[in-house]
Amino acid sequence: MTTPLIRIENLRKSFGANEVLKGVSLEVAKGEAICIIGPSGSGKSTILRCINALVPFDQGSIQVGDMDVGAAKLDKIALRRRVGMVFQQYNLFPHRTALQNVMMAPVQVLKQDKAEVEARARALMKKVRLEDKESAYPGELSGGQQQRVAIARSLCMQPDVMLFDEVTAALDPETVKEVLITIRELAEEGMTCLLVTHEMHFARDVADHIYFTDAGVIVEHSEPVEFFSAPKQERTRAFLERFL
Amino acid sequence: MGESHAHAGVRGMRRGIADNKVFPVLLPASERLARRVADERRYGLPMLRLDGRGLLACIALFCLWAGVAEAQAQAAGLESVISIILKWMPLISRGFALNVAISFIAMGIGTLLGLFLGLAQISLLPPIRTGSWALTQFFRNAPWLVLLFYCIFVLPFRVSILGQTYDIPNWLRATVGLTLPVMANVSEIVRGAVQSIPRGQWEAAESLGYARGQTLREIILPQCLKRMLPPWMNLYAILIMSTPLASIVGVEEAMSFTRGALNAERRGDLLIPMYGALLLAFFIFCYPIAQATQTLERRYQVTT
Repeated sequence: MTTPLIRIENLRKSFGANEVLKGVSLEVAKGEAICIIGPSGSGKSTILRCINALVPFDQGSIQVGDMDVGAAKLDKIALRRRVGMVFQQYNLFPHRTALQNVMMAPVQVLKQDKAEVEARARALMKKVRLEDKESAYPGELSGGQQQRVAIARSLCMQPDVMLFDEVTAALDPETVKEVLITIRELAEEGMTCLLVTHEMHFARDVADHIYFTDAGVIVEHSEPVEFFSAPKQERTRAFLERFL
Repeated sequence: MGESHAHAGVRGMRRGIADNKVFPVLLPASERLARRVADERRYGLPMLRLDGRGLLACIALFCLWAGVAEAQAQAAGLESVISIILKWMPLISRGFALNVAISFIAMGIGTLLGLFLGLAQISLLPPIRTGSWALTQFFRNAPWLVLLFYCIFVLPFRVSILGQTYDIPNWLRATVGLTLPVMANVSEIVRGAVQSIPRGQWEAAESLGYARGQTLREIILPQCLKRMLPPWMNLYAILIMSTPLASIVGVEEAMSFTRGALNAERRGDLLIPMYGALLLAFFIFCYPIAQATQTLERRYQVTT
């Protein structure tokens, strides 16, 4: 096996007196799709935020490629160029059109050539099947459409890995599907994906590995078939019973 | 869902409208009032509410005053009130131009300073944050007239720059006095607007590699402009209406000239029509601003 793209070792993080991560370790190899599932408040989102350096962590280490995320002199722009993130609430910039949303960061942050970025952005809008919505403002799009623009926006930075933080949790059931299709296509094309999700069926179909977290630790880690058909831990079984 | 079942008719109407469009709707009165209160609390300013009826009432009142005075003057064989008002109008208008000039300068400089002060209030450095907060609170909670007196007497009467001596006219020092509260209020408007932008916008920008200053410039402030415009225009209306305070410290603006004209004419029956004309002048100037503010507020309520 090659060296993993993301390697997390013994990650610990507290918010005040509340320790949300109590020694989490996980690895993501290039081209893999990894799902993290678990009950609310088990620290799933915090893991993603730590990888992206959106929140600092207290102990342990995170490696993304050859970058040490815990380093004092971390080049955050370089890190965020490699690691794309999509949020539950889409967080599109409402004062810009869909296409501008996709183009902004590569032009303004990475200082890339505008014409090149635009060509790439248009291709991405097509990829998420929204080529006819390029000049629409986020307020004019449905939740599912906004989320797909958000995915395109993240992809336009040409990241090595994409983090998805419960991206379908705020959507209505009909539009969940269109977003999941987009993510599935990404995974199948070989984009490395790390997803926090409550979509069990999706996790079973798409993931290469599943991590089950509860109360700040990883309770179980296995391949999807094994995870869903023969969970080893009592805690996992209890959780899955409620979902499936 | 249950709610729309209860209103079958409404549901039918809704179905015709694409889900993803935001349409302007007339908000119920209670909600509108609640929003207004929330806005005022956020901006820390009372919002002006003027409408067409106010304008009509004001003009009617003025006509009534002038008419009564006119009738009395004619009965007593004195010079017509209207012609006296018209006679003094050029002078009073010149004074009014100074009011407008003072308000423009105070608003311009106050806005610029307030913008920096407001951004300093959200600085990550505690000393800057606390200092700018204290400065904002001090000038926001000081009576404007007191600040005016303070500046008139504290600022120098003349300055020497490179051997040249310049007099600082009274009106300029009064303008400085009015700039300070404008600055503090703009500071609060900026802080309030920036803090009203959802946290997710910062996070999304950060995850795309934006630095803090860049996020402010490219993402946060452009969204704030819309939110800041109504309270900012409201502040301007309050400012122009406060400029006659400068007459108390001896600035020769519209109010001073009106008083001067009354002293020269020595006629008690002119008192109400002359001040009425001045009131009307201010009203005609402020009314469109208040209207525009309300229109903008209404428009932005729907789209954001």
